[in-house]
Amino acid sequence: MGLTRRHFLRGTAVAGAACAVATVTVTEVREEKTLPPKAVGLLFDSTLCVGCKACVTACREANNTYPELNTEDKLWDVPLDLSARTLTVIKAYSEGSAENKDQENDGFAFIKKSCLHCVDPSCVSVCPVSAMTKDPVTGVVSYDPNNCIGCRYCVEACPFGVPRFEYDKTIARLRKCEMCKQRQVDGKIPACAEVCPNGATLFGSETRLRAEAERRLMLTVGERAFFPRKTVDSTDTHEKPSSRYNTKTYGLTEVGGTQVLYLAGVSFEKLGLPTLPEKSFVSTSEKIQHTLYKGMIAPAVLFSGLLFAVRRHANHNEKEKE
Amino acid sequence: MWDGVEQMAEQQNRETLTGAERALGVSRRTFLQFCAGVAATLGLPAGAEAAIARSIVARRRPAVIWLHLSECTGCTESMLISEHPAIDKLILDLVSLDYHETLFASAGYQAEAARKASMAANKGKYLLVVEGAVSVKDGGIYCKIGGRTAIEMVNECAKDAAAVIALGSCASWGGMPSAQPNPTGCVGVSEVWKGPVVNIPGCPPNPYNFLSTVVHYITYDRLPDLDNQGRPKFAYSCLIHENCERRPHFDAGRFAEEFGDAGHRAGWCLYRLGCKGPETYANCPAVLFGDAGGGCWPVGTGHPCIGCTEKGVGFAKPIHALAELKFVTPPAFYPRIVEEQGKGVSVASAAVLAGGAGIAVGASVAMAKNLGKGSKPEQKQEGKPSKKPEDTAENSPDCTE
Amino acid sequence: MSPKPVGGPYITGTTILAALMVAIMGTLVLARFCFGLGTVTNLNDGYSWGLWLAYDVVAGTAIGCGGYAIALVVYVLNKGHYHPLVRPAILASMFGYAIGGTSVLIDISRWWNFWHILWPTYFNLNSVMIEVALCISIYTTVLILEFAPAVVEKVAGWTRQRGGNLHALTTTVEKVLDKTIFVLVALGMTLPTMHQSSLGTMLIPFGYFINPLWQTPILPALYLLTALSIGYAIVMFEATLVSDRFARPSEARILGLLSRYMAAVGALFLLVRCIDILYRGKVHYIFTSHGLGFAFLGENLLILIAIILLLSEHRRLAPRYQFIAAMCIMSGCVLYRIDSYLVAYHRAGWHYFPSAPEILITFGMIAVEVLGYILIVRHFPVLYSAKHVNAQALATE
Repeated sequence: MGLTRRHFLRGTAVAGAACAVATVTVTEVREEKTLPPKAVGLLFDSTLCVGCKACVTACREANNTYPELNTEDKLWDVPLDLSARTLTVIKAYSEGSAENKDQENDGFAFIKKSCLHCVDPSCVSVCPVSAMTKDPVTGVVSYDPNNCIGCRYCVEACPFGVPRFEYDKTIARLRKCEMCKQRQVDGKIPACAEVCPNGATLFGSETRLRAEAERRLMLTVGERAFFPRKTVDSTDTHEKPSSRYNTKTYGLTEVGGTQVLYLAGVSFEKLGLPTLPEKSFVSTSEKIQHTLYKGMIAPAVLFSGLLFAVRRHANHNEKEKE
Repeated sequence: MWDGVEQMAEQQNRETLTGAERALGVSRRTFLQFCAGVAATLGLPAGAEAAIARSIVARRRPAVIWLHLSECTGCTESMLISEHPAIDKLILDLVSLDYHETLFASAGYQAEAARKASMAANKGKYLLVVEGAVSVKDGGIYCKIGGRTAIEMVNECAKDAAAVIALGSCASWGGMPSAQPNPTGCVGVSEVWKGPVVNIPGCPPNPYNFLSTVVHYITYDRLPDLDNQGRPKFAYSCLIHENCERRPHFDAGRFAEEFGDAGHRAGWCLYRLGCKGPETYANCPAVLFGDAGGGCWPVGTGHPCIGCTEKGVGFAKPIHALAELKFVTPPAFYPRIVEEQGKGVSVASAAVLAGGAGIAVGASVAMAKNLGKGSKPEQKQEGKPSKKPEDTAENSPDCTE
Repeated sequence: MSPKPVGGPYITGTTILAALMVAIMGTLVLARFCFGLGTVTNLNDGYSWGLWLAYDVVAGTAIGCGGYAIALVVYVLNKGHYHPLVRPAILASMFGYAIGGTSVLIDISRWWNFWHILWPTYFNLNSVMIEVALCISIYTTVLILEFAPAVVEKVAGWTRQRGGNLHALTTTVEKVLDKTIFVLVALGMTLPTMHQSSLGTMLIPFGYFINPLWQTPILPALYLLTALSIGYAIVMFEATLVSDRFARPSEARILGLLSRYMAAVGALFLLVRCIDILYRGKVHYIFTSHGLGFAFLGENLLILIAIILLLSEHRRLAPRYQFIAAMCIMSGCVLYRIDSYLVAYHRAGWHYFPSAPEILITFGMIAVEVLGYILIVRHFPVLYSAKHVNAQALATE
């Protein structure tokens, strides 16, 4: 047998066509995601947070979630982490004697964990059935259980470990913070921002929040400053000497940016906010998919080539059999 | 150590109580209640009240010199209006109050003479109680008693005292007169007198804090344990935040936002209104004020704590400024940044996996050995599978287990 | 020359054991649907994809790439002498994918919405998973249809005796299948190329959760190569096993020829992987990954052993070494897939090890394939006589 000229030419033709297609499509870069026009978000300032957990309680009330009784006597609501029953949680960092607030050594600090409503959300990109969607106007990332097939790709893929699943239920669904969108519809603000006594959690338009974060980073340590409560533009403020902040706001560039921003005095890595590249991971996978399958051209070329080859060789085999 | 008191001293107790009855003119029950109350406040073990009772009856009353400097007399007043049965009487009969400007009938030269005489007669044995801050600016001219500056008074009286007690925030660290701009340069006694000083801050302090300190001294001949600011630990070792009855509201995030709002009327936490409980050391929520029952303390009545015992908080921070969190206090139910979650390997799962893997590997090895035994001849008859019991090689088309 | 049913008893020690495993699996699956995933598995929010997805679906569908691998050789490279290996390979593939698909259905938690995967209004075309799910669904159908001729042949034999309309119908079906099978065959090579590579792309959104020894932009290429390697390996494994257990003559001659493709693809995989690790500068992770380095080395070593074994022609023709090499390739590549999906995936603070019921369900899935394969091979015309197979091989030499 061996490779006949005809086979060789055919093979080259198919390969050449595939390469041509690939070259055409690889230049189509996946478009960069930007903030939606009326993006809203939250600013969490760890130096203001005193760990009162009012936000956790208010979140439960606003979203009808149940307490997690994790102590032996089953009397205290102590979620260990985000879960299908807990959409936001306050975690404590402590080191050494834990005597100094917002200090990394021999200090303690609080961090509020919830959905970061990314600008380029991994969960939205990987969901096969569009159960995770990002609102094109406000940017809030929501979950629609009616579409969801429960594959949990979003749970695996989220860089921050936000979506959580109900493993203990027969009819199960996902849960994550949706920025109290049901309250926003009524003109109210997310429950966590509403109840925070220090304004550690602030709600507002993304541009205003970023400006506020900048303002705080410019304060000198100990400088008495005013901090708003509930919303970033509120007149209900309180005065406090400024703490020492990390040099940057977390969430401006991480995996394409997030709409929930963080300020802290302890390094973000120690607070459980990972160091992430500017390019989201899903931008790579999407680029590969788009390159290979744009317009289904490459598969179609491959299929036609194979069709041709099989037809020819099947005929040969038929003849040989007889 | 206290066992002997209960066993052999029944007789002794009866004598003590009779003695007290006679000497102090109060009923036995009242007297015992007083001793038990003092023991409880001091945090002493059971049986201590008997020791206290004995020493009160047996001991000679120590002399007390009581100075009033830059103060409002609130500390004295709070003690005098206490409703404990005849407490003023008890105090006055407990100690020999040889100089007290408020309570003295005499004044002027007579009073000063009495003081000097008492100090000379009780040299090295009298208690000096200082109420009020010491004004140090411009040589102390802003507070003079009988022509002497407060600084001179303190130095003179503390020199030969057995113990110096600074009563109230003013004497402890400067208190209200020291609030910015502190025009008279008011400071605490320990800034002027460098010897040991017991500070009992508060504005006013709970009278039992002072009283218990004195009784402790009389009973055991030494002062109670003090912290690094000279404050008795039994009263000032805990933050108000740790014992506050509204703490569950703080933990649940229920805050009063304005005086008179629904939350305020429901008794919610006053943190948002500026309560300084999280950074103030005192025992107010435990001992309360005024001997009038529960709720008789600032937070209990609905006003945020102003941190009156704490230097740098009371009369320094605005009343409605939010308190800083001193440290994480119980209930310390915060999850850590990384919590260990999820089930790892168990006996059952390891056994099942190992079993399956063992079978697969074993069968593969057996199979490989078998294959080496020469090729099988062509068979006309097909389909005679062997029926070996360990015939389980087909169970594992892969061998990753 | 055509394939014939092997015949023989359906009830043997193996089939009884397999049936028992299937029964246990059935009970546990019922429990899973009645009481929820958490009661039967150890899945949690740190490891939401566990044994079922990593092995049953990702590794299992690769094991179902036998048909794909053989088809490439027979229909693209035009090596007709491998043709007798096609039908049994298709059978194994059909089972591999059916089991993979069933495992997905068991694993996903809102299974009543599963049809959304096939309904265009729900599609999110940015997701890798929609492509994988669609491809696998279509490919499973294709495999079933590709295997249909074997069933139809058997039915035709039965209807021939009865004659009449039924026989005419069967003959028509046979003719239609004959004419259109080439479309199915072409599809049966296009689809695996797409979704087996995309199974690799599916790991890319996991970013830093996956150890750098496995996380790379060329995952699709590596996954495609492992799919082909395993494809050849499973054909060799299954052929050797069947010859031995059914006491049929060995097909070592043709397998010896096939083993070269297996070794070549395996070598290509190792080469591409090495170049990739060196290019990305991640070699040091072998030593700093807390034991994962051993997994990495183990995977590659197993494949290397197989390649080395197959370098000598003498060993290529020996059933024992064919079997060992096939096992090594399969273990190495399956280990690679399980490692990249599960073992090398790490979320701080989270632990996962499959629970006993979870493992038993996986074993049950394997038992389904074993049982089904045995019963079908005995009853339907799948296997050619070894004489014919070896004659084909000899003809090429």
